[in-house]
Amino acid sequence: MKTVRVGAGLGFYGDAWRPIRASIERGGVKYIGSDHLAELTLAILQKDRQKDPTAGYARDAVPMLAELWPLAAKHGVKFVLSAGGLNPEGAREAIAKVFRAKGWKARIATVMGDSVTERIDELRSAGEPLQHLDTGADISSVRERLVFANAYLGARPIAEALARGADIVLTGRVADAALFLGPLAHELGWHWDDWDRLAAGLTVGHLLECSGQASGGNFGSAGEWASIPDFLHLGYAIAEVGEDGTATVTKAPGTGGRVSFDTVRQQLLYEVHNPHAYFSPDVVLDMGSLHLDDLGDDRVRISGAAGARRPDTLKIVAGYHDGWMGSGMIGFSWPDAYRKCEASAGIIKGLLAERGAKIEEIQVEYVGYDSLLGANADPTYRDLLNECFLRMSIRTQDRRVADEFGRLFPWLALSGPPYAGGFHGIQRAKELFGLWPTLARRELIEARVALSVEAAG
Amino acid sequence: MKVPLWKIAHARSGDKADRADIGLFAWDAPTYAVLKREVTAERIAAHFTHICHGAVQIWPLDNILALKIVLDSALQGGAARSLRTDNLGKNIAAALLRMEIEAPADLPRLTP
Repeated sequence: MKTVRVGAGLGFYGDAWRPIRASIERGGVKYIGSDHLAELTLAILQKDRQKDPTAGYARDAVPMLAELWPLAAKHGVKFVLSAGGLNPEGAREAIAKVFRAKGWKARIATVMGDSVTERIDELRSAGEPLQHLDTGADISSVRERLVFANAYLGARPIAEALARGADIVLTGRVADAALFLGPLAHELGWHWDDWDRLAAGLTVGHLLECSGQASGGNFGSAGEWASIPDFLHLGYAIAEVGEDGTATVTKAPGTGGRVSFDTVRQQLLYEVHNPHAYFSPDVVLDMGSLHLDDLGDDRVRISGAAGARRPDTLKIVAGYHDGWMGSGMIGFSWPDAYRKCEASAGIIKGLLAERGAKIEEIQVEYVGYDSLLGANADPTYRDLLNECFLRMSIRTQDRRVADEFGRLFPWLALSGPPYAGGFHGIQRAKELFGLWPTLARRELIEARVALSVEAAG
Repeated sequence: MKVPLWKIAHARSGDKADRADIGLFAWDAPTYAVLKREVTAERIAAHFTHICHGAVQIWPLDNILALKIVLDSALQGGAARSLRTDNLGKNIAAALLRMEIEAPADLPRLTP
């Protein structure tokens, strides 16, 4: 039976590509799928593009490919990356420039058509209300504040790009798992209505889309995380997939981390809602159908995937401007570290009240006590802390108020409670974005999907 | 007896827009049966009453001894507008592991 090996790349914009080297050198992979776009990354890229129309893509793909390409070319490895962001052609230009300078040759494909930022009114006239998927709210409430709107495309254009000889495929927004399902469908000759095989490919893609999270990274547990070997050299997950869809998840020999029933099932359910109907543009997976067999030696076999027909709609996520965040921090040591933070929070709130600043929400957190666990923090040792930091943040529509908020804190060092420290500079206002998930008929989106494959270098 | 979940299970959480989601995994089959019975939507809602302002849904997955738990309206509108340090909700799983449930004392992880 024919098999192909695909390997995990990045899990977000700014993630490490160092572990990919082992997957190429010793892992036998033929493709690396690399996800550069979290839900909110497009908001960051939009800001880049406003400053520079040639930007708007995930810049880390350029040094990543510059470093990995000689090794990849030697081993015949191809890349599928969502690094195109809002500007896949810009990403291709930047990469092609490096390849020309180095004298390397590659065929680079771009997948366009996911952006619907300029098509909101057109889609609404075509009968798509674009209501909020969870709340049912009307999009006109945020229409004037929209920053981006992109549909999640599927694996088909990626498979087509590979069939046309692409060595590197750059996409904008695609379903994360499509970065892997595309190469699998292309290599293994799967049909686009073979729901069970597509569901198997979706499973593999979902397991590999978060860099180290299937191989022992972020293994959420009390104590057991410490038994994961060698985080320093943690290997990203690799899947060997057969024509029938059966897959074995593993990692490159000699790397750190662990692939086991436990690490794999944690990633299987990660950022999934109804596991019996895990939607993607290409197929709907029932995770209840899967069999996971831990074969030992960092190998987990996955079989039994059952798929249902792909949805008639595609998901769109839009982002809209939703005010500004200001934040500030100050630390205090024993004695009374927590109480002094609490008193300082009261003083800052008093200052805001006296200024009459228009603020929508205030968040008060005690770093070292409850900033990550919130109300679920255990108060047993609260009053005995060696030290504690007060972190406050505000949401306001007024950028100036957000910018000035951090300046309220340093004064406390000489005129507030004793033993303060830990100033790390004044934080500038941060723009906030609301996300607007919605649906549209797939034919309205797919009619504009455009693929180009060009030789670079 | 009362047992905190961290002694008998492991968990990972993530975000999608304003929804937080948690996978809760029993280390063994007897524990899974207890989780299925004791970890109810009502108990989860009470445990996360300060952050979750929407519905709680739970799906059991017998094939991987796991519960999929979804909290609606739990992330201050989503990671990109949240004021929280944990804007991505990655630590919500840790907070869940602090929840106590009623469990028999002879579960595999509770016996030496």
